[in-house]
Amino acid sequence: MSDKPVIQLAKVNKWFGKLHVLQNIDLEVITGERVVVCGPSGSGKSTMIRCMNRLEKHESGDIQINGVPLDDSTANIQTVRKDIGMVFQQFNLFPHLTVLRNLTLAPMRARKMPKEEAEALARHYLERVRIPEQAEKYPAQLSGGQQQRVAIARSLCMEPKIMLFDEPTSALDPEMISEVLDTMVSLAEEGMTMVCVTHEMGFAKRVADKMIFMDEGVIVENAPPEQFFNAPEHQRTEQFLSQILAH
Amino acid sequence: MPKVIRLTALLLMVLGLAGCGSSQEWGWYVVDPSLKRGRINISFLLSGIPWTILLTLCCVAISNILGFLISLMGLSKSKILRGIYRVYVEVFRSIPPLVSIFWVYYGLPILIDIDLAPFPAGMIALSLYGSAFMAEIFRGGVQSIAKGQFEASDSLGLSYLDTMRYVIFPQALRRSLPAIGNQLVITLKMTSLVSVIGVSEVLRRGNELAVTEYRPLEIYTFVAIEYLVLVLIVSSAVRHFERKLGADERLGGGAQEQGI
Repeated sequence: MSDKPVIQLAKVNKWFGKLHVLQNIDLEVITGERVVVCGPSGSGKSTMIRCMNRLEKHESGDIQINGVPLDDSTANIQTVRKDIGMVFQQFNLFPHLTVLRNLTLAPMRARKMPKEEAEALARHYLERVRIPEQAEKYPAQLSGGQQQRVAIARSLCMEPKIMLFDEPTSALDPEMISEVLDTMVSLAEEGMTMVCVTHEMGFAKRVADKMIFMDEGVIVENAPPEQFFNAPEHQRTEQFLSQILAH
Repeated sequence: MPKVIRLTALLLMVLGLAGCGSSQEWGWYVVDPSLKRGRINISFLLSGIPWTILLTLCCVAISNILGFLISLMGLSKSKILRGIYRVYVEVFRSIPPLVSIFWVYYGLPILIDIDLAPFPAGMIALSLYGSAFMAEIFRGGVQSIAKGQFEASDSLGLSYLDTMRYVIFPQALRRSLPAIGNQLVITLKMTSLVSVIGVSEVLRRGNELAVTEYRPLEIYTFVAIEYLVLVLIVSSAVRHFERKLGADERLGGGAQEQGI
């Protein structure tokens, strides 16, 4: 594991109208690091990771991914997006395409991969998320957990260096959460650099190298998990943890 | 097309009953296929159908392509393009199609010194009119696609063009099909307007026959049935197409399983 930061945020600010959703955010993520971000809703955690692949545009400060600055340059944005995979709360699979086509579309169009190669790659990743038998089905024919695993496989098909997870289990029925988390754990074990917005603290304790707590657009706590869970520096963090760990 | 036949038969029965009850003498002999005169009249009336179909196809093709291109302006990030789009749609949507037919046929040749035959004049006028509606249908279809589809495409590194071509348009088209089918039916019926500038389509044939036979009731009833049959064929074709696409998509069961 090298110490070179692959994600660098420096003094990042963003407003939604008058609401200051990101306030002077500084964050560094190094290769292979697993970062878990938590915080109450509206704290800016989703906005922060959506800025990392320019789904949201930050208004001031610098974001660099693998040394490529995210600015108005379309070429830079495309470069960064090919290196970053993202998994959404609502899966966002393409409903009109089969699972296999969902997986092969980006490799074929954005990476100019021949069809056979893309399909082999897609089947490989479907195997990895343990649903190879669903390749010919349409997303609506799968369960929520299966759909989310397809979404993970779809991102992996671009062979990204970084994976972002934006509340990947929040839209799932309880009995399907673990199958998605298991997939994420195995990804973490293989050394993928990951930034996860999630409230699954069991998962966080298992894989996180770094815990971040955000509130009202500010990073309140940024600590290794032992310290974060056992002796948080800020009272606000403690309060939040006691609330979500209570149930 | 058994449904079409059943519906037509039902309509004829209703008309027959209406005939029995009123003091009006029906003179179906003008279109009676067992009489020579009736057969001549029928074939005269039916000779309008190819023109109606041809005009409909031309108008639908042009207004689809034009409407699609115009809708791209409406979907653009540029305020200027969106402004041009708005003006185009509002202008062509607001002018009654009959007015635009007169304007193109009688007005345009004065303006740009060309000789327009009735058919192309009608085609231009109705296509421009239709394109405004098609543009709105396409724009609405694209804008009804959830933001997440764009975000997923962006996050996968797909270009804007690839996103539109492979992700957004196929879904938007499926979603717009009922509206497109509706527009198809409207266009088909609207072609009757060009009878006023002398295109020999279905209504024009009816007009011509009505003034020589003095039997407007029977002749316009026949004309109405011609349109009814044409429209029923078009709508069942649209439904067939919808079912086919719906079955591919399998969104929430799809029409196939519902057996319609």
